[in-house]
Amino acid sequence: MARRGRTGPIRVLIAKPGLDGHDRGAKVVARALRDAGMEVIYAGLRQTPEEVVRAALEEDVDLIGLSILSGAHMALFPKILVLLKAEKAGNIPVFAGGIIPDEDARRLKKAGIKAIFGPGTTLQEIVTTAQRLARGAA
Amino acid sequence: MTGSPRLPPVARAIVDGDRRALARTISAVENGDPRVAGIVRSLYPRTGRTPVIGLTGPLGVGKSSLLSVLIGQLRARGKTVGVVAVDPSSPYSGGSVLGDRIRLERKANDDGVFFRSMASRGEAGGIAASTREVARLLDAAGFDVVFVETVGSGQVDVAIRGVATTSVVILVPHLGDEVQTLKAGLFEIADVFCVNKADLPGADLAAKDLSELVALGAARDGWAPPIVPTSTTTPSGIEELWTAIDAHEQFLDSTGQRTQHERARLSAEIAERVKDRMGREVAERLTRDPELRRLLDRVVARTLDPATAAEELFRTHYAPK
Repeated sequence: MARRGRTGPIRVLIAKPGLDGHDRGAKVVARALRDAGMEVIYAGLRQTPEEVVRAALEEDVDLIGLSILSGAHMALFPKILVLLKAEKAGNIPVFAGGIIPDEDARRLKKAGIKAIFGPGTTLQEIVTTAQRLARGAA
Repeated sequence: MTGSPRLPPVARAIVDGDRRALARTISAVENGDPRVAGIVRSLYPRTGRTPVIGLTGPLGVGKSSLLSVLIGQLRARGKTVGVVAVDPSSPYSGGSVLGDRIRLERKANDDGVFFRSMASRGEAGGIAASTREVARLLDAAGFDVVFVETVGSGQVDVAIRGVATTSVVILVPHLGDEVQTLKAGLFEIADVFCVNKADLPGADLAAKDLSELVALGAARDGWAPPIVPTSTTTPSGIEELWTAIDAHEQFLDSTGQRTQHERARLSAEIAERVKDRMGREVAERLTRDPELRRLLDRVVARTLDPATAAEELFRTHYAPK
């Protein structure tokens, strides 16, 4: 359902919610997705959940990637999922990366984050997962 | 009651301010999805009266930053703003990183701004093939002002003039000497020049070179492009920049040139569409149609030259009898 029968390149929003300024991970992932042929809307640092959701809707993305290193993921990620649902956009898959403890990752996945990538994940794995999520496979 | 009740539901939603309907229709237009042709067609009569401001200039001159402060300025005046910002697609993967949103500063709950990033998808000239149509959708959606930000432009990237009612060419100090300003292309299309990063040394000289350029020639259609120094860090000159843009828009109205320019743009658009359509068809027939294949064979065998072949093909297959 995510692609809604679309034919163009996959559009993905890469955003960094929260207040840490470490965006290298987000940039590396953005670049890898670009090289995989996706159109990456890079929203940059310090995005509020509202801004992330607004950008996702205006840009009509097929999926959302969140990068976070501040430790605020348990507050921010569920908020983004709630806002997406409130906008009837809960079908846009969300994946995440950063420093997220295993226990938190489990809870976030339960809350609806489709994939969580920790340190050491290969770019190929992220690309493959992003393609799969964009195609609408859970 | 506004407008015609005959609008298809999605078009109605766009006109009524449904931003998701707008966002999805933009995607469909970008992807050349034939299912939205009817929507686009039904909205066309509602377009053509909104200022479409093109922001162009080489990469790194501050187009996105200027756009952000201009949006802030217009929002403070209660004007709504629709934006389409174009960044390049990769010639290798077809992918792209669209980074113009980074500069955008606005309240997340502000429905008075709609910002859309767009990849150029292989199109040269500074904008994508569908940028014009997307700008039209923003127009139909009822925004007071529409901005189109081009990719970082080179000297020949002038496609924006086929879309914008006012083209702002943004430059910075130290881009080159005054002879650069004489060259054809980018410098010719400016309705307004903006010398951004005017807090840097050399801005005076850049502005002076431009004013000499403007003084050298007769004003095009009676309009001499103003030169506005700006800085987005201070910020300064932003109000003056909008005043200059607005002055050009008013000039278009007071002289009747708005209609005249629009007519020229639309004429070029129709010709371009016919050219694309026929080009595709001819390319296809040259591989399929036996008669045309024989024509191509002669050109390959050097018994006929391409120009004559094209003329013959046009005369026998496309020219009205």
